[in-house]
Amino acid sequence: MTQFKQNVKRDLNDPQLRDNFRGAMDYLMDKRQAAFTDEDEWTILREQCKRIKQRCLLKLPQLLEQLEENLQRNGIKVHWAQTTEQANEIIAGLIAKAGGKTVVKGKSMVSEEVALNDHLEQQGVECLETDMGEYIVQLAKEHPSHIIMPAIHQNKSQIGKLFAQHIDGFDYSTDVDTLIKAGRNVLRDKFCQADVGITGVNFAVAETGTLCLVENEGNGRMCSTVPDLHIAITGIEKVVETLNDVPPLLSLLTRSATGQAISTYFNMITRPRQPGEKDGPKAVHLVLLDNGRSQAFADEELRQTLQCIRCGACMNHCPVYTRIGGHAYGTVYPGPIGKIISPHLLGLQATKDLPTASSLCGACEEVCPVGIPIPKLLLRLRKESVQPRADVPQTVQGQGAGRKPIEAWVWTLWALVHKSPRLYRLSTKLLTRLSWLMPKKLGPWTVARTAPKLAAKTLHELIDEREKQGKNK
Amino acid sequence: MYRQNRIKAVKSGFICRLGSGNTSLETVEMSNHLKCMENPVKIRQYPHKPAQVYLYGTCLVDSFYPQSGLDAIDLMTRQGIEVIYPQGQTCCGQPAYNSGYQSQAKAVALHQIKQFELDIPIVVISGSCGGMMRHHYQSLLADEPGIQSFCDRIYEFSEFLLHVLNIQLTDTGEKERIALHTSCAARREMGSHNTSKKLLEQLSNVELIEHDYESECCGFGGTFAVKHGDISVAMVEDKTKHLLAAEPVRYISGDWGCMMNIDGALAHQKQPLQGEHIASYLLERIVGKARWKAS
Repeated sequence: MTQFKQNVKRDLNDPQLRDNFRGAMDYLMDKRQAAFTDEDEWTILREQCKRIKQRCLLKLPQLLEQLEENLQRNGIKVHWAQTTEQANEIIAGLIAKAGGKTVVKGKSMVSEEVALNDHLEQQGVECLETDMGEYIVQLAKEHPSHIIMPAIHQNKSQIGKLFAQHIDGFDYSTDVDTLIKAGRNVLRDKFCQADVGITGVNFAVAETGTLCLVENEGNGRMCSTVPDLHIAITGIEKVVETLNDVPPLLSLLTRSATGQAISTYFNMITRPRQPGEKDGPKAVHLVLLDNGRSQAFADEELRQTLQCIRCGACMNHCPVYTRIGGHAYGTVYPGPIGKIISPHLLGLQATKDLPTASSLCGACEEVCPVGIPIPKLLLRLRKESVQPRADVPQTVQGQGAGRKPIEAWVWTLWALVHKSPRLYRLSTKLLTRLSWLMPKKLGPWTVARTAPKLAAKTLHELIDEREKQGKNK
Repeated sequence: MYRQNRIKAVKSGFICRLGSGNTSLETVEMSNHLKCMENPVKIRQYPHKPAQVYLYGTCLVDSFYPQSGLDAIDLMTRQGIEVIYPQGQTCCGQPAYNSGYQSQAKAVALHQIKQFELDIPIVVISGSCGGMMRHHYQSLLADEPGIQSFCDRIYEFSEFLLHVLNIQLTDTGEKERIALHTSCAARREMGSHNTSKKLLEQLSNVELIEHDYESECCGFGGTFAVKHGDISVAMVEDKTKHLLAAEPVRYISGDWGCMMNIDGALAHQKQPLQGEHIASYLLERIVGKARWKAS
């Protein structure tokens, strides 16, 4: 049994976890629905945002260079990382050069993607997550189970216990305000003491050289203004062409993610502290990460994967995610978007279970604010996965990883029968006549279901008989 | 200096891999994958009632549930149209297509379109197979001449009854509470939840009740139910729980794939509740149980 299937079994059998996810996803679906009451407005805005992202992706190479040029002009240094290792080295290098020992971090899935905390800790740098959800996950020595709500798999009492165990002087409580306050007290001091702040980026504006950061807790602003050194890290697909592209995307992002009209904080970072200014970091750096994104970019269909603005709506509405939760996927990005992006980041060999773990119900595509055809891309990845292995070049790294010779042979035989009416009618006739031979147990199907019963005669035969009777009359 | 050089090298490799980015906006907008599936449930222009239609029975109905096919034919014949069932039809190709075996699916799909040569509507008694033939054939068989006009002839059964036949149903049955389950493909690709609902609402003695999470997937998904059996079981167990909680006498669907899954789970749980295909149900309501069974 593969790791993914083991994880699924483990998490499906955890009733507490199932309850936590069902409750949280119901809440988020309701919030989103309340934020999109006008169907026409949603349709128009979604179309607009899809086109914005498609236009920006079309010009991606130029926009990245324009972004770099404008950021550098503003005094923000730009670094290019093709791999996760390079990203980690660049960031560790910057921190070492500044003599930094402590880091406060705003929420960043890309930093999770490169496993930045682990790398920095190996270098003796202390990293503290300051987003409340990330903080909880870090205390519990876990990974985020959702890209927007990292600790959504835990409920109030679990968090109360965790805090009682780790925060000095905290008495167990399930009161949300008490919990948040306790967490914030710990974080407050750390912001003031930290040498370095690390954040992600939601939109990088090429035209102006602006880094936009969407957040609700103010911790992103603290991380990007209090320490002397601010390092932002993001994927190359986050670049947008103009400032005008941001408002519609932002409106769809917050409404799709949490149902908010706008997030509590929206930061636009354009340059480090200028002479005469009293706050802000003395130096700002941006690390642009590829890590397989250019592979998705190279294929016109798969490129749509990069339209994603990381709102998490697809996972909130996914019947599979709701049941197995975010950890079962075993990848940094879980849920539907995780299934289509992870094969590019990690290769199909390591992710071959993901594209098939979907009923293709289409709930994800229905709510995607930038219209990514997720089911269609899953089908494409399934196709890549079962294709005969090609050496080079491969459209998707690990192509053919899911190919089983027997399976391929069965489908070829299936096609042979189904494109020949004679063979088809013969085989269905045999099947219905020999239905008594059909086993009562049909593998995974009959674990919780009875086996379907074959008809005595096929529809083909019944209609044939009817027509003959009609002629005889 | 070393660091700077290395970063530059990375950057140039990077841009190289991204390519020059010369594609024009037009090429992107005209590309097939973007056109296809963009707006599956578009406003559709419906033709007048035809004299003849084809029935696409689907492979599942053929071998497991042929009564639904016969009932669909009876129901449409009663509306004064001739129903042709080409004996050469087999399967729409969806199982292979969804499993990633697109060339095998393509061969089978090509065989289907050859069986329906007359320019008359093709009524499919499954929203999922209907969606495959109406939408996915457009990309799978993109190179095939005339594929668009073939796809334009595809109608899901309830859609055809409501919008093309403008059917008026007279309910002769007794009062009963039913629930409706719409397959995900039928819902999102063919809009069948709306058309099925409108047909059932014409039945004066039938109370259509909503159940919780009605739009959520039942967990079938073809080979998904076997490849990821544990997840599929968790989904179908929830679906049966919500259906049972609504306490319908029966539940109705236009897709035997879902019903094979849900009925199998209900029977395993020793629950008397079972599904009925919408074609059989409508026929039963207008003709009466006794006569319907005798046919």
